[in-house]
Amino acid sequence: MNSKLLTTACVGALMTVAATTAQADDLTLCWAAWDPANALVELSKEFEAQSGHNMSFEFVPWPNFADRMLNELNSGGKLCDLMIGDSQWIGGAAESGQYLKMNDFFDANGITMDDFIPATVAGYSEWPKGTPNYWALPAFGDVVGWTYRKDWFERPELQAEFQEKYGHALDVPTTFAELQQIAEFFQGREIDGTTVYGAAIYTERGSEGITMGAMDVLYSYGFQYENPDKPYDVDGFVNAPNAVAGLEFYKSLYDCCTPPGSSNAYMSENIDAYKSGQVALQMNFAFIWPGIEADANVGGGKSGYFPNPAGPDGDAYAQLGGQGISVVANSESVDAALEYIKWFAEPAVQAKWWELGGYSALRAVVEDPGFATSQPYAQTFLDSMAIVKDFWAEPSYASLLQASQRRFHDYVIAGNGTAQEAMDGLVEDWIEVFDDEGKY
Amino acid sequence: MSNAPSDLAARATPEPVARRIRGLSDRAIAWIFVGPTILILLAVNIFPLIWTIRLSFTNFRVNRPNAEVEWVGLKNYSRVLNDPDIWMSMQATAHFLIWTIVLQVLIGFSLAYLINKKFKGNDMWTTIIVLPMMLSPAVVGNFWTFLYQPQIGLFNYVVGFLIGADPSSFSMIGDVNLAPWSIVIVDTWMWTPFVMLICLAGLRSIPDSIYEAAECDRASKWRQFWTITIPMALPFLMLAVLFRGIENFKMFDLVVQLTGGGPGSITELTSINLKREAFEKWRTGYASAYAVILFVTVFGLASIYVKALNKVKDR
Repeated sequence: MNSKLLTTACVGALMTVAATTAQADDLTLCWAAWDPANALVELSKEFEAQSGHNMSFEFVPWPNFADRMLNELNSGGKLCDLMIGDSQWIGGAAESGQYLKMNDFFDANGITMDDFIPATVAGYSEWPKGTPNYWALPAFGDVVGWTYRKDWFERPELQAEFQEKYGHALDVPTTFAELQQIAEFFQGREIDGTTVYGAAIYTERGSEGITMGAMDVLYSYGFQYENPDKPYDVDGFVNAPNAVAGLEFYKSLYDCCTPPGSSNAYMSENIDAYKSGQVALQMNFAFIWPGIEADANVGGGKSGYFPNPAGPDGDAYAQLGGQGISVVANSESVDAALEYIKWFAEPAVQAKWWELGGYSALRAVVEDPGFATSQPYAQTFLDSMAIVKDFWAEPSYASLLQASQRRFHDYVIAGNGTAQEAMDGLVEDWIEVFDDEGKY
Repeated sequence: MSNAPSDLAARATPEPVARRIRGLSDRAIAWIFVGPTILILLAVNIFPLIWTIRLSFTNFRVNRPNAEVEWVGLKNYSRVLNDPDIWMSMQATAHFLIWTIVLQVLIGFSLAYLINKKFKGNDMWTTIIVLPMMLSPAVVGNFWTFLYQPQIGLFNYVVGFLIGADPSSFSMIGDVNLAPWSIVIVDTWMWTPFVMLICLAGLRSIPDSIYEAAECDRASKWRQFWTITIPMALPFLMLAVLFRGIENFKMFDLVVQLTGGGPGSITELTSINLKREAFEKWRTGYASAYAVILFVTVFGLASIYVKALNKVKDR
């Protein structure tokens, strides 16, 4: 190669690098610090290689997630280009112009919401609810379900004792009444020389824990947020007898069957209680299931999974978790951020997302014939996602949530007043919030 | 050259700075030095205070930048003062404040009294006693959460052993009757050394000659304690009460870590309640009114207290 040719080749190479560098953006994705976030880091390496953009991640532990990220949004910060925010934030972020509206982008790129699980579209993307206005792409489908100690359930001596005591087999509960029997059966029992307890349930006071837990039961007892024919008409619905009975049940489950000292437990506390072999049952979001399977103590076939059981009338619903991915309107790299969304929506990427431990909400992934058997918990995930309900996604959701946190904790954990008083109080609180919002 | 004292003094007096920096008076130079500090104080203390007062008369919400901000007059103040939850928080704060101060003063003064006696190793004991206050409140909260665990907590084990109960039969931070005491215990453990140090300074400032004179007058130890020790250490004790009072009125991190305000709302102090209103519910105007009321309360009480303190000092 002569020197002229070499020079030309070098200049050409430099120009290519320069051109790529000029188009490359630094993108920051903000989310909670948990296992799925690590999977997303792994997944995003492909995007970096493909697009030339650099990805950074800002992960905040769950207890501080809302505080930190909502502060970021409200202050007009430029830290996050992409935000995987909680489903309840959609209303506020949409009305305050903090998220970019995605409709035109979806249309231009052939992304259709019909391709995603309907509950996740309603929960993570739409505002106002029930209208085709999209502010996020469903990113991580999640739902509250149950984990149980399959290895304990299969012990012949325990099966026999349970059969004799309750007149039916020790098996996956289909109703909350059966679930409580199982929890009572294990409460204070000695297994392999250790005292174990019934169930780890959500009782946390500070953020959203007890509401997510209690609602999980209340839905199956027939709780309704509002009059289906008259929005924001909560009196007579929120405090209806079935809702009150649901809250009474939740308290009885807390009183009878939780480990001592579980008065402020949420996701991580329940994981700890379950993995350390303290409890037979665990209420928790589905995101923990890959971690349970991989755990040396309770994984590898020792655990089983089941969706939220039915209430007294046979209805079964579950609390929706999970999040959508949005582009922060204040971002200085909107185009690159949208490029990420487009890439993330690709079926092949979504399939890999599921493989790495992320719960894809794409129907092509979850409706694949091999999906239900791809993991021990895959079928439970599908069954659970089919029965989801979500908390208010109103712009004032935080005030609504704080009211339920206080009322539920006051009754269930502190034992103050009756369930009827708690629900009547909640109605008063929520009416006041909606009144402030000019909803009446 | 005269060596008269007045001339020597005149020569020793430095040349005015202004003479060296042409065109500037001493007053101007003083302003150059003090001005930035005053500006910073105005920016970080006075302006936010005035802005908070202004916001307290509006329905402003920081998370609704697009919403119209309306002037609501005294509505926020009226709602704060008529909110039973806020009065509950005030009660919880008062309970916490009174008991922590009483216990810390009693134990802190007693420790200081003991440490003040000359004995071998009292410096080492002083160091050991002050260790808790050197820790971060968040760490202390986390640490005590484990100690209070019914199943594995050392605290429950010790108390259970002493009263002959099953350690897992009671939950310090989960029981509505015990939770307020659980935070009083931790705060007392952490901050009694601070009170002790202030009291120790007070005790060491009393001249030995006063006790010697009292000995000559055949005053009993008890009499010396009540007529010399307590009156002379009282300004220091009152100072400790002031510091701890203001600090505990603002208490946040330790309680959030320990109980999160629960169970129910029994340990939800005003600082936690205010944070929920301002940074979780984002009711900025309402929270501003709440903050102003708390500020006036603390400022008013502290001013009365400082007057009393000055009277005691001047006695």
